[in-house]
Amino acid sequence: MNGSKSVRKQYVADHIAKLPKSGIREFFDLVNTMKDVISLGVGEPDFVTPWTIRESAVFSLEKGHTSYTSNLGTLTLRREICRYLRRNYHVEYAPENECLVTIGVSEALDVALRALINPGDEVIYTEPCFVSYPAEIRMAHGIPVVVETSVENAFALKAEALRRKITPKSKVLLLNFPCNPTGAVLPLEDMREIAALAIEHDLVVITDEIYSELLYEGTHVSIASLPGMRERTIFLHGFSKAFAMTGWRIGYACGPRDIIDAMMKIHQYAIMCASITAQEAAVEALRNGEKEMKRMRDSYCERRNLIVNGFNRIGLPCLMPKGAFYTFPDIRSSGMSSMEFAKKLLESKRVAVVPGTAFGACGEGFIRCSYAASIADITTALERIEHFIRENAVSREQ
Amino acid sequence: MLDEQIVRMLKEDARLSAAAMAARLNRREEEVAERVKALEDAQIIQGYTAVINEDALSDGKVRALIEVRVTPRRDGGFDEVARRIARFPEVIRLYLVSGNYDLLLEVEGDSLQEVASFVSAKLATIDGVLSTATSFQLKKYKESGRIMGEEEDYERLKICP
Repeated sequence: MNGSKSVRKQYVADHIAKLPKSGIREFFDLVNTMKDVISLGVGEPDFVTPWTIRESAVFSLEKGHTSYTSNLGTLTLRREICRYLRRNYHVEYAPENECLVTIGVSEALDVALRALINPGDEVIYTEPCFVSYPAEIRMAHGIPVVVETSVENAFALKAEALRRKITPKSKVLLLNFPCNPTGAVLPLEDMREIAALAIEHDLVVITDEIYSELLYEGTHVSIASLPGMRERTIFLHGFSKAFAMTGWRIGYACGPRDIIDAMMKIHQYAIMCASITAQEAAVEALRNGEKEMKRMRDSYCERRNLIVNGFNRIGLPCLMPKGAFYTFPDIRSSGMSSMEFAKKLLESKRVAVVPGTAFGACGEGFIRCSYAASIADITTALERIEHFIRENAVSREQ
Repeated sequence: MLDEQIVRMLKEDARLSAAAMAARLNRREEEVAERVKALEDAQIIQGYTAVINEDALSDGKVRALIEVRVTPRRDGGFDEVARRIARFPEVIRLYLVSGNYDLLLEVEGDSLQEVASFVSAKLATIDGVLSTATSFQLKKYKESGRIMGEEEDYERLKICP
């Protein structure tokens, strides 16, 4: 036996040890130490799941539906999903072998990346982005390659910026429009140019369209529906945002059969299947949830108008986001960094927002404010932020 | 479109100001105020009232739903008799309905006797009224889209990605 003084070995895998903790986590811990906080920091609907969906889940339990399902998910749900995509996204998938039901889009993305990436393959994605993307790419042994988007382009990805990042090692392009945290959408002309680049350079596109129903202007177009794209696109979607079902953890991936087959292998061994209760609830969402979904969307739209006009009025320039439920106002005029702004605002005014840097370095100078909050909370938060800005301006002059 | 949005908002919260609605609709305040005025003038908006949970108020009042069968008039259909009934202040709601009876009304009174005597002395004696069936309200669960005393929201995460 060796001497007991020997230093304990580092058991954690190198690539995981090197993985930074989510930037949002640190802030979450801070907020949790405080009381009476108004939060614009949530990335989920403030609605409860519509009753018809909840009721169908209760009924499913009453009937005793508590077993595993097919690894891919129930055929009923997959059929409903494919019908929904055909009708609303104009892209056809076979429910039998081109659709995989997952534990939210998070699992779908993880499985998609693991199915596609050989160690060292490059995955191009945009920032500011959802906090998981670069980490999920690294966990799949890929190399994250970031394209920074900017307020000048309304945080949309431009084909030219993408072209500059493409190398012989590029394999995957990861898109998320409408975007968390910016609310940006991808204009059709940009999408066409990006699709052409993907075809030219033989990239697989993973498109996370979790916010696609929450669009307030124009019509959503999926890149999967553009000519030549279906065969190289993995379409990710779920129920969390549109149907206010975040806690149910239910999403899906649709794509070419060989890729879905590969994803299914990982899902089968790692997960087995999504919860049957959530799957049966999801069927109800697709069959009878549309009216409630539209009602929630109208409500978000009103709150978006209120908060964006509010920010612009109090001197924080803010684009009118076309989708999702986030605003990304510019706080550079305060002279503070995003983290400093968010921390001071929280400490002095008890309003929680998320620093833009939690979503990538180019989020510096911005904060993410969700408007999935009550009108009363948004109104009070705006008043408090206005005071905060005024006090800050006065103290800077002195 | 704008009118519909205004009506929907006011049905949810009648106290909303034109300015508050304008901010949510991304419109000018004057434009919204103008439309509200037009809706009032056209008597599409008939008034602004509160949704009250009377059970919690314990006001001692008695409310009943009354089904009424009526003989329609040759030259006035149900309207004439319905208007006659509607003029009584005790009647707070009145509908013409399809089915086994013709009019459904809600009546409010200070006591059981008051409602009972309204039905027997006033309502049942109106020319054209054939029969009435009175159901006293025991508890109100929902009105104007609101569930009375709905359960409190549970606490969600304050920050999430």
